[in-house]
Amino acid sequence: MIDLENVSKTYSTGVPALNDINLHIDEGEFVFIVGVSGSGKSTLIKLLLKELNPTSGKIVINGKNLAKIKKNKLPYLRRDIGVVFQDFRLFEDRNVYENVAFAQKAIEAPGKRIRSKVLAMLSMVGLLEKYKTNPKQLSGGEQQRVAIARALINQPAILLADEPTGNLDEANSWEIMKLLENANEQGTTVVVVTHNLEIVRAMRKRTISIENGRIVRDIEEGGNFYEI
Amino acid sequence: MKFKSLGYCFVQGLKNIGRNRIFSLASVVTMSLCIFVLGLFYSITTNVSFMVDQMSESLCVKVFFEKGIAEERIESIGNSINEYDGVTMVHFTSADEAWEQYKLEYFGEEYMDLADGYADDNPLKDAASYEVYFSNADMQDDLVKYISDIDGVRRVNSSEVTADSLSEISSLVSVVSIVVLVMLTAIALFLISNTISIGIAVRDEEIKIMRLLGAHNTFIRAPFVVEGIVIGMAGAVIPVIILYAVYGNVVNYILTKFSFLSNILSFMPVTELFKVFVPMALILSIGLGLLGSFLSLNRHLKEK
Ligand SMILES: Nc1ncnc2c1ncn2[C@@H]1O[C@H](COP(=O)(O)OP(=O)(O)O)[C@@H](O)[C@H]1O
Ligand SMILES: [Mg+2]
Repeated sequence: MIDLENVSKTYSTGVPALNDINLHIDEGEFVFIVGVSGSGKSTLIKLLLKELNPTSGKIVINGKNLAKIKKNKLPYLRRDIGVVFQDFRLFEDRNVYENVAFAQKAIEAPGKRIRSKVLAMLSMVGLLEKYKTNPKQLSGGEQQRVAIARALINQPAILLADEPTGNLDEANSWEIMKLLENANEQGTTVVVVTHNLEIVRAMRKRTISIENGRIVRDIEEGGNFYEI
Repeated sequence: MKFKSLGYCFVQGLKNIGRNRIFSLASVVTMSLCIFVLGLFYSITTNVSFMVDQMSESLCVKVFFEKGIAEERIESIGNSINEYDGVTMVHFTSADEAWEQYKLEYFGEEYMDLADGYADDNPLKDAASYEVYFSNADMQDDLVKYISDIDGVRRVNSSEVTADSLSEISSLVSVVSIVVLVMLTAIALFLISNTISIGIAVRDEEIKIMRLLGAHNTFIRAPFVVEGIVIGMAGAVIPVIILYAVYGNVVNYILTKFSFLSNILSFMPVTELFKVFVPMALILSIGLGLLGSFLSLNRHLKEK
């Protein structure tokens, strides 16, 4: 599903953000990526989205070599990948329903089915009754749930989450992680970048540690992050 | 982009304009000015050339011959003149006809008798002439020179044709209008592309999300193209309506104020004028709108 071979990324400023990364993630996996700030986690996410191109190495997603994707085909790669961020990135000039429906409009999905899909998605994240609310009036946890609904409504094969609980308290963080796990159980491959080691330890998923742009540990599912 | 998305993009384009009212308005106003000047320029120049055209039916020089010239010679001069490019008609007036005309003009019907004293001795016996009509005021000088050089021609009288000065006014108007038009076009283009750039900046976050969600670039760009077209069209419709409403009044005003010119001044009817001007205005304004949006899109919304 996701394959990186000897991937390095050095920013034009000369900062080496990722250094010779080799990584394989199977379809249907749930993977945590941990590491201190500045270790290169977000850079990795951006490479997977082809927001950035690697300085060297090869990235293959869903059988597509990212280096070979033409500009006008890039949207199709992006449709395979849902993404959520620490800061939610919702539109505050639109209500919850419109925020989620936006994802369908952006890919020019058939209009007739948008409504039922959005409502189903909102009920899945537990926000059906707030569909008319403006994101500003929601708690952080609720906003992130809207963002997840927006990321999932186009039914991507992969869901990337870059510190999705970074702005949330413990209880809300758990709810978000449960939602991501839920999506994974439905078959979506999920990659979560996080600082929340407590949750990482508790969930016992595959956990990849990055330090200074290198993978330093890769603990298999069911392994104990705490012990190592 | 899918065809069915056109409606959505259109609505988004209108929303862009609504969100960015002040700049959109500035763009529309400048565009209107631009089209308005184009309209002035077009109506003045076409009217002048219309008048010149009408006048050219009376564009004419008179050719007199050397004393005692033979009739065959006169005829061959007439043929040479006829051969000249742009000469539309050559009319011969014999000495007798000239005298008759002169009498009529000078003495009038009532005093015609007074002229009888000259009865048998035509005082204008050398006044036979050709009236040479030609199509274009600009060719007068060359034509006069050509005729003067023909053997047997004594003199060529060219009237001080007003068509000439009208042509000059027309080309002056053209030059001034084109300069103003170019300046306004540049300003309009600048304003439109800036308006759209601002719209893009305002929606920056939205555009980023759209890209991440997998929206096609054409779908992302289309609303801004719509914005350019709508601003352009608004900038054409307003001055067209104003010019349409004002044209008749201005024509009437000129005709009453300068009634002594009313035999020279003949204006084109507004419908004739607008048959060409309206499409011209729409093409220019929509073209500028499109160009403005593409300039901005190429700066800020390249495919990434
Ligand atoms: N756009 C950029 N230009 C230059 N350097 C960058 C850029 N983005 C990130 N970096 C640098 O790359 C390194 C990794 O950053 P990042 O991937 O954001 O780390 P993380 O997400 O793990 O905190 C850091 O040293 C950071 O300063
Ligand atoms: Mg980061």
